[in-house]
Amino acid sequence: MTCTDHQGENALTDCPGTGSAQAGRGTACQGCPNQRLCASGAGEAPDPAIEEIKEKMKTVKHKILVLSGKGGVGKSTFSAHLAHALAEDENTQVALLDIDICGPSIPKIMGLEGEQVHQSGSGWSPVFLEDNLGVMSVGFLLSSPDDAVIWRGPKKNGMIKQFLRDVDWGEVDYLIVDTPPGTSDEHLSVVQYLAAAHIDGAVIITTPQEVSLQDVRKEISFCHKVKLPIIGVVENMSGFVCPKCKKESQIFPPTTGGAETMCQDLKIPLLGKVPLDPHIGKSCDEGRSFLVDTPDSPATVAYRSIIQRIQEYCSLHRPEEERTSLVPETRGDMDASSTASAS
Amino acid sequence: MEAVAEPGNLAGVRHIILILSGKGGVGKSTISTELALALRHAGKKGDPYMPCRHPGSLQVGILDVDLCGPSIPRMLQAQGRAVHQCDSGWVPVFVDQEQKVSLMSVGFLLEKPDEAVVWRGPKKNALIKQFVSDVAWGQLDYLVVDTPPGTSDEHMAAVEALRPYSPLGAIVVTTPQAVSVGDVRRELTFCRKTGLRVIGIVENMSGFVCPHCTECTNVFSRGGGEELARHAGVPFLGSVPLDPKLTRSLEEGRDFIQEFPHSPAFHALSAIAQKVLETPAQLS
Repeated sequence: MTCTDHQGENALTDCPGTGSAQAGRGTACQGCPNQRLCASGAGEAPDPAIEEIKEKMKTVKHKILVLSGKGGVGKSTFSAHLAHALAEDENTQVALLDIDICGPSIPKIMGLEGEQVHQSGSGWSPVFLEDNLGVMSVGFLLSSPDDAVIWRGPKKNGMIKQFLRDVDWGEVDYLIVDTPPGTSDEHLSVVQYLAAAHIDGAVIITTPQEVSLQDVRKEISFCHKVKLPIIGVVENMSGFVCPKCKKESQIFPPTTGGAETMCQDLKIPLLGKVPLDPHIGKSCDEGRSFLVDTPDSPATVAYRSIIQRIQEYCSLHRPEEERTSLVPETRGDMDASSTASAS
Repeated sequence: MEAVAEPGNLAGVRHIILILSGKGGVGKSTISTELALALRHAGKKGDPYMPCRHPGSLQVGILDVDLCGPSIPRMLQAQGRAVHQCDSGWVPVFVDQEQKVSLMSVGFLLEKPDEAVVWRGPKKNALIKQFVSDVAWGQLDYLVVDTPPGTSDEHMAAVEALRPYSPLGAIVVTTPQAVSVGDVRRELTFCRKTGLRVIGIVENMSGFVCPHCTECTNVFSRGGGEELARHAGVPFLGSVPLDPKLTRSLEEGRDFIQEFPHSPAFHALSAIAQKVLETPAQLS
């Protein structure tokens, strides 16, 4: 395995591989922050937490990551409402994990600000919004809304490991993981720690402008690099209908064709487009589900259609013990196979 | 005068401003870019109240330390430009004909623009230290430092590396909603803990005026930024409305400040630049 810290460009020469005999000793290793770790031979031994997390995740049927290279496109909003929608069926157990350590938005959006996490013999208990909807976030560990989590990468990784290993999720049908923007520690950690436990796939959120798509393409490249299947892309803030004159404006114009063109180019499914609705922001600020608050909004309709497609994708992917192959389906086949077996 | 710990590539920079936000997607890169352009144009008008090295024009630099999502090259139509080295280090890229605005971004170092920078903290720290110390900025009146969202490696590295040069302070950007304000409160704590002065708060995406009927809709709620400034005891620098001309300018790498002086966002951005120009350097 190659240390994913290395990119091979400019001053960064190729990593010999963390498990190789040259690990930490090669000329390419000079100046690498992991040099000492590799030279000590620690890089060869896999983190025991990975097996522990695999065991823990045996009671979790489906795992979905919500990603975006770009900040502020609506990942947390989407994660929260995906959780709400799935949990509307009281027989479906839903878990929502917020691994945005520096900017944990989920407690506020779910109306759970101020809640605290409890410890029991079987680990940390998530905060339950409903009997079938549990939530975990670093936000629940902070005593004041002004508390800043000023942590470097390794400490953030440790927290994510604890969230995955030490939270007593119980029997869960869907674990939704909300992530911060970017392609860094948190993203690498969650993929590495869940590597043995199998992630169903990633939902990638964007807005229509190129400045978002530019970052989202990087996120897609990250997914390919770490072999994370992509369920599809959601284009958020896709047009605004004026509440007074009902005419549509493009606040965030799709100057390069928006998510539709990007998805065509990269052969990735576009799960749907969600228009801008001021009620969304309001519901999120007040900690309520806007799917319930404004059921007739075009945004609600779009969300529900996208969520249905995600459920269909997951139902095609059986839990790990029943799977016969570890090779993820190619993206080009996804749409064809989902329509074929849906009938 | 600012204290300089040692001569280096930042010795010729008069004022350093960091643009921060706990929250992603609130417009840090937008505000960084527009502030830089507004400062450059403000100098051009030859303001007699503004002491600057080159009366009639300001020299402005932008440092983009968002390693995972470097947006600024595109906003200034500088994507794909090559970066050269000189004896003192990397030469920043000039983004305008008159060579008044220079830019350094990790975006310039990527061979393929769609390639992800998948780095953990320690490596990001190392690059940011390099960016701060090894870019040959020359003489600048203002250096605007754009950051990614959060309070983590990049932010700590940037503040530590810039500390010897006594930054003018930080401008913290939010949108009006509570979800943004919630993260930005943490960013203000970060500033306090790291001893970084807060020049003020900018509330971005503050309402949208429908181009068809001029009704103003608060797409992302209202009032959060001003209230936060009051609660935290820091100056409120202004509200910038959602402005499709601004969005389009950024997408196409155009100079919004020069091309759209009658657009809704222009007035707010100019006022913010003016407040920055009036902010005195801290006594060392």
